[in-house]
Amino acid sequence: MKHKISFTINGEVKEVEVEPNKTLLKMLREDLDLIGAKEGCGAGECGACTVIVENKPVNSCLMLAVEVDGKEILTIEGLSVGINLDPLQESFIKHNALQCGYCTPGMVMSAKALLNRNHHPTEEDVKEALAGNLCRCTGYQRIVDAVLDIAKKGVGK
Amino acid sequence: MLKYVGQSETRVDGVRKVTGYERYTDDLKLSGMLYARIKKSPYPHARILKIDTSKAKKLPGVKVVITGKDVPNRVGLYLEDKTFLAIDKVRFIGEPVAAIAAESGEIAEEAASLIEVDYKELPAVFSPLEGIKPDAPLIHEDLGNYKHASIILPQSGTNISNHYKIRKGDVEEGFKEADFVYENEFYVPHIQHSAIENHCAIAQVDPEGKITVWAGCQSPYAVRRTLAIAFNMPLNKIRVISPAIGGGFGSKAGTTLEGIVIPLAQRANYRPVKLSFSREDVFTNTFIRQAMYAKIKTGVTKDGRIIAEENTFYWDGGAYTEYGVNIARAGGYASTGPYDIPNVKADSICVYTNHPVGGPYRGFGMSEIHFAIEQNLDIVAHNIGMDPAEFRRKNALKDGGATVTGQVLENVGLVQCLDKVVKDIEWDKRVKKVSETRYRGKGIACMYKAPSMPNNVGSSAIVKINEDGTVNLLVTAMDLGQGSDTALTQIAAEVLTIPISQINIITGDTDCTPYEWQTVASRTIYCCGNSIIRAAEDAKKQLLRLASLKFGIPEEDLELKDGHIISKIYSDKKVKIADLAMGLTMPDGSGVHGPIIGRGAFIPPNVKDTDKETGQGDKPVAFWTFGVQAAEVEVDIETGEVKVLKVAAAYDAGKAINPELVCTQIEGGIVQGLGSALLEEMKIKEGKVLNPSFVDYKIPIIGDAPEMKISIVEVPEPTGPWGARGIAEPCMVPTAPAIANAVFDAIGCRINSLPITAEKVLKAIMEKKR
Repeated sequence: MKHKISFTINGEVKEVEVEPNKTLLKMLREDLDLIGAKEGCGAGECGACTVIVENKPVNSCLMLAVEVDGKEILTIEGLSVGINLDPLQESFIKHNALQCGYCTPGMVMSAKALLNRNHHPTEEDVKEALAGNLCRCTGYQRIVDAVLDIAKKGVGK
Repeated sequence: MLKYVGQSETRVDGVRKVTGYERYTDDLKLSGMLYARIKKSPYPHARILKIDTSKAKKLPGVKVVITGKDVPNRVGLYLEDKTFLAIDKVRFIGEPVAAIAAESGEIAEEAASLIEVDYKELPAVFSPLEGIKPDAPLIHEDLGNYKHASIILPQSGTNISNHYKIRKGDVEEGFKEADFVYENEFYVPHIQHSAIENHCAIAQVDPEGKITVWAGCQSPYAVRRTLAIAFNMPLNKIRVISPAIGGGFGSKAGTTLEGIVIPLAQRANYRPVKLSFSREDVFTNTFIRQAMYAKIKTGVTKDGRIIAEENTFYWDGGAYTEYGVNIARAGGYASTGPYDIPNVKADSICVYTNHPVGGPYRGFGMSEIHFAIEQNLDIVAHNIGMDPAEFRRKNALKDGGATVTGQVLENVGLVQCLDKVVKDIEWDKRVKKVSETRYRGKGIACMYKAPSMPNNVGSSAIVKINEDGTVNLLVTAMDLGQGSDTALTQIAAEVLTIPISQINIITGDTDCTPYEWQTVASRTIYCCGNSIIRAAEDAKKQLLRLASLKFGIPEEDLELKDGHIISKIYSDKKVKIADLAMGLTMPDGSGVHGPIIGRGAFIPPNVKDTDKETGQGDKPVAFWTFGVQAAEVEVDIETGEVKVLKVAAAYDAGKAINPELVCTQIEGGIVQGLGSALLEEMKIKEGKVLNPSFVDYKIPIIGDAPEMKISIVEVPEPTGPWGARGIAEPCMVPTAPAIANAVFDAIGCRINSLPITAEKVLKAIMEKKR
């Protein structure tokens, strides 16, 4: 049996019918065609599927779609409009904080959630906030630098 | 004066990637798509007696079920030893024996469970040391009949699929002359690439039988060729398209899933079929890095000169070694590391086992052999009372020195790298004891690596000038994250004298982008880069010819500058590239030449086979890349935990096309090397992988990254683009031995196997106390 749920996603109200066992990640990718969140493990181990629900970063592969009923979701697609990127995205590019890009949407969303709740994170804060986001390409330091640079400039909201 | 090459240009794929716009294979949704699953072998080695697919076929929603008999052709890159679905026998746990395409993944999954297979278990081989014994169970009875590349030497009637020998000088005599001989054994376990993107492939077959495959692959052309052999198809009837690739490190260099989705799609009445691997599938069913046992015997004189070395490497190739055989070859021709040693005997032996399939992994054997070589070197240095850095400097390959194959080298930047690293790690400063329980140490390791590839493999590029003078650059070198799209664009920009923003790089479509052997071996900047220079020069030549006609000025008096063809003498004689892009319009209105398309092709010059018995040859590889890393670690002697505080690295890039991107490669390599040093090991018990998840198989997280100090040395390689050498793989090679040597420096204990876990360290400390 499908459940009818409604939620706000990237500023838009949506109504969807979903199976009770469908994960948020599957709903985003299959029903809403929001493919920015990636599946790297399907078990909450890699963070590539991170999106923001009610201002908190979540592994969307571990959350059921029905749980977002009535909630507000932000995905990587909601962060930029055309070429107008979020300063955090600009910072990732400027610092070469990405390579293959597969972990990048999740990494950006985890960092965004951090900056939303802590405008002036320390290096340790950044490392703690991104501890659940695996990256196999970079040496991580540039990701830390990209986030700290934004915090320093005070453009985090 | 270079304008674009040598500049740290911003990545051309940055915006697509930070916005989540980039499309990877699993992001593609085609109309009518079916979803595939595989039925896997539960046994490491067994005869298939019967496969009953009748129940699976009856399940509603199941469209196609296939078994090995539907895909009978044997394939492989260097040795044709595998079929995409097992036939008659299974050789590892997880090997696909059947495949299903259904309306949903869940239905396909259920259908897989309904397939009944009867097996007769066979005795299995779980170690190369067992596999080489004369009475070992044979894993490939038909090895003698398999087709293989001429550089590979399989031994019929054994489990040995390749044996590369080095016989240089007189090793017995060398050991006699040596004042000291040190012999030790080392072990490197299986690890997995762990690219964050899991493998995925989609195939669709049109009514006339033409196959299109979408797969994030490092080597669309090599994949196409393998598929053509597998399915008896002409190459023009197979199109391989690679969407963006979410990390490769070698794991996406071969052909695996493609060979399963195609036969399903061929039976699916034009409907596309997608197979997405889970993380567990990636661990058990794609390439892993081969485990390796090494015996290293080093003979030195009192004054610290290495005069003899005898090394043996046994590679745990796994069930199929179509690709692994060439890793053994690379281990052979590089068998002593970057040192000038007159007498060498080496044997690098690839052995079949009933383990998951070994294959290319960043470093291609170099990480494994250097772990052994660089530790034994350290043991020698400490025993003869020489500083490990000084000992390396003394024996390092330098200009005029000869490798183990007898190749005499010039333009060797190894000692410069060593000097940089010694300075950056503050080698001469030591704070050994920071508290009663915490000890620090520093260790160093050198490396070299050459592209391991057939001698005559080619690259090509097409430069299409658009009507407005902008450019489409077509190549099939793939950007797996290393930044090749950006660096290759810079190369084209330099020759064409137009900004990066005016060039689109288009890659990865065998129907549209020109031939590239593979994106492996750290060969892209060198091979593909050279072909781009030639394509851009070709376009430039055409433009100069047209401008010469237009102005009545000889071509040699014209040059390309800032997007214009301009007279070297009369600066008012000037025409935009755009104005000649579609050909020259004459004063009478007639046209000449037509659109400008530049073509470029490249094969590394003069690379030749080595002697089959001695491994000797004066140019077995296109070029060598040298590098050095040093690590500082802190060891907790109560827990055995090792923390890497700092890594200094220096590499001779020849010419860094994009210095910042070179640094990002080195940083990523260090952290991946750190993972292999301290964390990573596939636990395999009687053929079963026990830890196929990121919970049980840890890779480095953000807090594990050490402080890093990176230096780029530039000793040009004469045949490289502006002197460039490959850099991507060498970055992780010396990290593990540098860390191991630092652990020894800290606590006086030698850990001879990877990973250097707290458990091993603590055990070594306790044994030392005894």
